[in-house]
Amino acid sequence: MAELAPAQEPVVQTTLFHAPRSLARIISNRNVLLITAVCALAILVAIIVAGIVATPAAQETDFARRDLAPSLAHPFGCDWLGRDMFLRTLAGLSLSIRIGLLAAVVSALIALVLGTIAALGSKVADGIVTWLIDLMMGVPHLVLLILISYALGKGFWGVTVGIALTHWASLTRVVRAEVLQCRQSPYIAVAGKLGASRLRIAAKHIVPFVFPQFLVGFILLFPHAILHEAAITFLGFGLPPELPALGNILSESMTYRSTGMWWLAVFPGLSLIATVLLFDLAGGALRKIVDARTNQE
Amino acid sequence: MARYVLFHIVKCAVLLLAVSFLCFALVNASPIDPVQANLGQAAYINMSPEKRADLAAYWGVDAPLWESYANWLGGAMQGDWGTSLRYNAPVLQVIAERTVNTLMLMAIAWVVSGLLGFVLGIAAALHRGGWLDRIIKGYCYLLAATPTFWLAMIFLLCFSVLIPLFPIGFSLPIGVASSEATLLDALHHLALPAITLSLVGVANIALHTREKTIDVLESDYVRFARMRGMRPAEALRNGCWRNLLLPALTLQFASISEIFGGSVLVEEVFSYPGLGQAAVTAALGGDVALLAGIAVISAVLVFGGNLAANILYGVIDPRIRRGEGLHDESGRGDIAGIGGIRPSRRLGGRQFADRGEVIGRG
Repeated sequence: MAELAPAQEPVVQTTLFHAPRSLARIISNRNVLLITAVCALAILVAIIVAGIVATPAAQETDFARRDLAPSLAHPFGCDWLGRDMFLRTLAGLSLSIRIGLLAAVVSALIALVLGTIAALGSKVADGIVTWLIDLMMGVPHLVLLILISYALGKGFWGVTVGIALTHWASLTRVVRAEVLQCRQSPYIAVAGKLGASRLRIAAKHIVPFVFPQFLVGFILLFPHAILHEAAITFLGFGLPPELPALGNILSESMTYRSTGMWWLAVFPGLSLIATVLLFDLAGGALRKIVDARTNQE
Repeated sequence: MARYVLFHIVKCAVLLLAVSFLCFALVNASPIDPVQANLGQAAYINMSPEKRADLAAYWGVDAPLWESYANWLGGAMQGDWGTSLRYNAPVLQVIAERTVNTLMLMAIAWVVSGLLGFVLGIAAALHRGGWLDRIIKGYCYLLAATPTFWLAMIFLLCFSVLIPLFPIGFSLPIGVASSEATLLDALHHLALPAITLSLVGVANIALHTREKTIDVLESDYVRFARMRGMRPAEALRNGCWRNLLLPALTLQFASISEIFGGSVLVEEVFSYPGLGQAAVTAALGGDVALLAGIAVISAVLVFGGNLAANILYGVIDPRIRRGEGLHDESGRGDIAGIGGIRPSRRLGGRQFADRGEVIGRG
């Protein structure tokens, strides 16, 4: 009997906790998610670089290839000035991602500072930050972007500053809620009772708790920023018309909508959707990895 | 209940005041000179310096921001929102004419996207992992990534240019006076913009309702109902759907802001004469008074939605009416505090992880 007991023990454990099988699954699942996120981000970096390289070629006009329908040589076709739409789209995507990057960094920093102040500061500070969030959410996002862009006299800075200054509200909410939840959890109280200083608690417990969510929130800011940039440029408040921005490309194609040149609108739009989906994919995969519940599935 | 409603009305009023100041300050911070913008370049150059100074004083160019804001606010309270330069009419009149068009568009999109999203979300959750769930989820992710104005353009291209089912733009047939146009004409012109806006709005509400429905289906009370022999769909129909209604309503009222933004883009693409198109025209043409007026109206719409949502919670959820959910400890605010904005599955995971850590160390 005594010899049988140790042999039975692992069997009981597996039926209770599914330990060996699900462990293998966690590793493979996590790797799949990680590879997904890394690949998506790598493609996005490639788009940025390719777009910068392609920008001069994208502005080249050649009337010999005017109004060409999509072909192998010009996969997205050519416009009425004989510009290659594929190169123009690539340059536009690159520009959008770079503006999105700048805007997302600024917005994320604002969110980090305000969210931390709200969660760790006094009740008054919390009230002020919450009120500011409500204020930002009070005006429709697009209207606010138009107002800021107008206040700055339109153009590049109008759209960039506008997008940078308006995307922090939702991420601030996330940071605030995460810090608050972490601060109220028992292990922080235990650490305090054990004599850990406030600085040590912040560095050892709160930052590692909040940072993953913050990173995910940061990446998920991009799709919003890029879509808003395209929209505001499309309306005529954003990037100047001579730049190959996606909003400009689509706005120009509006003029030719009744001539049947469908490729001017369809392909740039589809590429924009693909780019946004790539960011979503990367952010979603990272979220599953850092989230305490889903990373065990 | 009265105290609860009053609290939210006062809160909204204060925020609205701040928003109106923000809008006014932004519009006035523009490098575009109102005197020149309102007179035109030629008239400005031919004018004597004294006349220019007179006009500058009239437009309040040199007055401090606070003072001109107080003037504007005082006028706005009495119904004088200034004069629109582009439309050569009082701002309030321009807004009133266009609000009908925009509100019709927004109301259709709001109701259709809300109902469709709610139903699709529940359907996806009931068939979790199945092909229906995958189709609905894929549709939602794809739509969330689609620029509204691009979808509008593609619809215009497909259903007005290639297959001429719908008119190419405007709210009435070209060359027909507004008094002669029939209701059918108006609806025919409204259809494609409204369809576009409705389809875009579905994604968010469907995904959140799906999350929430999965939560409810995994709850103890649904498990109990299933043990008594009910199917999940039956359990939802027999009362559990009420738990889904609250977060869906939160989201739907919060989406008024998104829908207004979407209507700006859709109206621009379809040349539909609504508030959004007027806002774009005003901002491109330096029409300060109209731009400020429309911004404030859009804020009123958003706050009206929030206020309605907060009051409706009280009607739907008795806990909030009694003030239990009003100032919750976690400090997530009155809306998110009841698990509305953020999918609660994530929060649940967090708490679970915390407990695990404490037990593990103990």
